[in-house]
Amino acid sequence: MILTAEANGFLSPNGVEIVFLLVGVVTLGAAVITVTTRQLVHAALWLVVALGGLAVEYLLLTAEFIAWVQVLIYVGSVVVLLLFGLMLTRAPIGRSPDADSENRWVALAVALAAAATLVTVVADAFRSTWIDLDRSVQGSPEVTGESLFRHWVLPFEALSVLLLAALVGAITLSRRRGADDAPASPKQER
Amino acid sequence: MSDVLEVALRLLAVLAAFLVLPLLVGQAEHKAMAHMQGRLGPMYAGGFHGWAQLIADGVKFAQKEDIVPAGADRRVFQLAPAVALLPYLVVLIVLPVGPNGFVGQVVDAGLFFVLAVMGVGVLGSLMAGWASANKFSLLGGLRTAAQLMAYELPMLLAAASVAMAAGTLSLPLIVEEFEWWWLPWQAVGGLVFFTAGLAELQRPPFDMPVADSEIIFGAYTEYTGLRFALFLLAEYAGIVVLCLLTTVLFLGGWHGPWSDSLGWLWTLLKGTALAFVVIWLRTSYPRLREDQLQRFAWTVLIPLALAQIALTGVVRVVAQ
Repeated sequence: MILTAEANGFLSPNGVEIVFLLVGVVTLGAAVITVTTRQLVHAALWLVVALGGLAVEYLLLTAEFIAWVQVLIYVGSVVVLLLFGLMLTRAPIGRSPDADSENRWVALAVALAAAATLVTVVADAFRSTWIDLDRSVQGSPEVTGESLFRHWVLPFEALSVLLLAALVGAITLSRRRGADDAPASPKQER
Repeated sequence: MSDVLEVALRLLAVLAAFLVLPLLVGQAEHKAMAHMQGRLGPMYAGGFHGWAQLIADGVKFAQKEDIVPAGADRRVFQLAPAVALLPYLVVLIVLPVGPNGFVGQVVDAGLFFVLAVMGVGVLGSLMAGWASANKFSLLGGLRTAAQLMAYELPMLLAAASVAMAAGTLSLPLIVEEFEWWWLPWQAVGGLVFFTAGLAELQRPPFDMPVADSEIIFGAYTEYTGLRFALFLLAEYAGIVVLCLLTTVLFLGGWHGPWSDSLGWLWTLLKGTALAFVVIWLRTSYPRLREDQLQRFAWTVLIPLALAQIALTGVVRVVAQ
């Protein structure tokens, strides 16, 4: 780790940093609207803006691969799943006042605590690292893949097994309920 | 200054392709479909075999009143066509047409970029389906989402197989690595990719989300005028993108005789052939039912894609 922060100075106003801050403000704003809006589907759509803004931030930090994964998984799949669920259950146009879980203050406390922890840890860890744009890009697929499959193979495989277990668990849970209902439901329909 | 000029010119060229190619596909569909069904198709607009029909259609759409239903969510309703259309424009920028930098902009992880951005377009259909305040639209939106969930996975797996074969995620490099024997090697992956892509575009026989005999026109039922035209344009731009992408990934892109000078022509020819197949399928296959559609994705395409990945991996390891 090179202590280049002194040489570069914090928040020196060059173009990338200004864009980074502006996108950050937009992302934060979209995230706040996501949790405060009274319209359910609007919340999901603002979540798209927040997640997309995060992808742009990754791009500005030269983590190209992570940025596209963010778009592919979160914007392309998770939000689509969310919207799918909302439409399947109940998504009225306009306000839905009954959708308030009345956990507002607890949620705020948890969010603030999480934010404080993350900001402290991240600021402490990366206080003096600086992205050198002239060297090879650190977040390119090649570099990401090498560090993932050379140094982090075991955690990667452990995560894969964990996700697989979750997948199998989800299928088992959904099928068991189906088996109980299955004999009764066709008769009722007829 | 010349850098800025070059970027601007490249983007302009992509924009021109984006505006012209979908219309060409649309016109080809009018004519090819008509002849396959024993009709003539458009014959009057523009004089020669109705070549100006789609331009006339465009003028017609622009003149129509732009209606937002009273109960609709205005802003989301109006924003949806743009969300559906713009991803395809962005994707077109990174598709390589010919060798030696004949591409709008090289993106290092181009394959990932293309697949990620193409997935965003579906949000437009979902927004349209929900915001229309119409139960047919909502059903169409639901079917769109279910279809996307099912077909995104085989598409990604098939694309991953090519990336493994080429050892890179960059689209121009994938084409450069291409050898003729990739055709049989990646054939299954190519079929899976193309089929899943068709389903993602909601083209027949996977057009359950817009099934006109059941739910009128799905998510687009309430749209009129220019916004409706934008959704149609998104569909045809999607065909262009899918055909070019399949060409680049599985058919060797610009490879062919005299590829140094005529490479771009090969890419376009292969893409055109695929576009014809897309039109052909529309006239020759009946629509799949919703449960058939889901079963086809989960029990046929995904196992095939996984088998292709295994085959690619084995050949890669053995050949090294």
